Amino acid sequence: MNVLSDSLLELIRRASAEIPDDVHRAILAALEREKQGTIAQSAMKIIERNIAMAKTKSQPICQDTGTIIFYVQCPAGFDQIGFEDAARGAVKLATVKGFLRQNSVDSLTGANDGTNVGPGSPVIHFHQQRSPEAEVRLVLKGGGCENVGAQYSLPNEKLKASRDLDGCRRAILDAVLQAQGKGCGPGILGVCIGGDRATGYEFSKEQFLRPLDDHNPNPELERLEQDILSTANKLGIGPMGFGGQTTLLATKIGVLNRLPASYFVSVSYMCWAYRRQGIALGSNGDIRKWLY
Amino acid sequence: MITLATPVTEAAVRALKVGDEVAITGTLFTGRDAVHKYLHDGGQLPAGVSLRGGFLYHCGPVVIKDQQGNWRCVAAGPTTSIREEPYQWQIIRDLGLRGIIGKGGMGDKTLAACKDYGCVYLHAVGGAAQVLAECIHKVPNVYFMEQFGAPEAIWEFEVAGFPAVVTMDAHGNSLHKEVFAASQAELARNL
Repeated sequence: MNVLSDSLLELIRRASAEIPDDVHRAILAALEREKQGTIAQSAMKIIERNIAMAKTKSQPICQDTGTIIFYVQCPAGFDQIGFEDAARGAVKLATVKGFLRQNSVDSLTGANDGTNVGPGSPVIHFHQQRSPEAEVRLVLKGGGCENVGAQYSLPNEKLKASRDLDGCRRAILDAVLQAQGKGCGPGILGVCIGGDRATGYEFSKEQFLRPLDDHNPNPELERLEQDILSTANKLGIGPMGFGGQTTLLATKIGVLNRLPASYFVSVSYMCWAYRRQGIALGSNGDIRKWLY
Repeated sequence: MITLATPVTEAAVRALKVGDEVAITGTLFTGRDAVHKYLHDGGQLPAGVSLRGGFLYHCGPVVIKDQQGNWRCVAAGPTTSIREEPYQWQIIRDLGLRGIIGKGGMGDKTLAACKDYGCVYLHAVGGAAQVLAECIHKVPNVYFMEQFGAPEAIWEFEVAGFPAVVTMDAHGNSLHKEVFAASQAELARNL
């Protein structure tokens, strides 16, 4: 094990066992909102107890430790091959230690070699930057919430959704309705307007790197984010789909250019067990600081 | 809170209604995608696994071996149940299940089987892997580990005070259908 691999192991452990502070604050506020004696309140109490237990025991918040997605911001000349080796080593060790479930299955044979390393796992996105700093962010995205993601191609006649922000709003709220509690709500939406089918979903997931309490720099999108959040929370779907006050904790929307022929709205759903952490790397691969 | 101890009787299950909070004590077997397809395709349960009067838990846990060589469950929340909708009704009918534990609810075929054969759907809190793992006191056996891999294997759990909510009862009621209809109507007012 080298220093970088040790740092990534600790990043995985903390991402799997500890909910970020911004998400925890949103969950506590949601717990306050649920009415006394309802099953929605019971569910939120269990969620809150679960968050505390996972941290104390240093064990996974959720047994589905999800798709392992690394986002690496790095300077030119950064050893990407070395990083990939270190990441695979850390993932294997994190699996042995029980921070990650044996979660990666050969799609044709159904075989699970128990390592979490194989084609497409872990996912690593590199982005070069001019700054000499290297930062690594990690999202562990569970399968239940991934399965309720949705991509809409506008116009959509059934939803009366045209190629404008009202059409986007209709599509996003339809995704919330269809998801109900199946994605382990209260959830968080990451949305991309535009892009192609692949980049749209990819960018919708990148929205999960944003702190929940930030503001969209684009005022129109900021309004849409707030509108989706407040409208979704009127629907009464509630925690786990039990009925209740909080259906969503936040919505984050990004935009990519599109082709004239295409207009995709891609919606990724993140469960309440929002596992996201990040580290800034020191010069020898050590953890210089935590990012969330 | 209603306590259910396995094996449960048909009468005990039929007395439950949507919205009841229950605590389960006794034996649970896990089974998810691979197990459901296997049973649907005519596969037999291994010797030692009996679902009669019992509960099937839709769960792919994290289980590790401790230093003494015993299994220890470190995370065990429910997985999404709707994927088993094509198969579940048949398993209820043929294997005498009294309860399914999962998350997200199931569809009409399962709801009808619950009514016809005396079974309920119990919703555990999705993602609450630590709270639920704490209720698992022992992991006596695992079946199909080699064939299906750890998350998809049949794990035998001894549990106490395992919390869940009845969201589909044996009288044809489904909280999921109610919430969907109400939320759909409310959305229409907000478009």
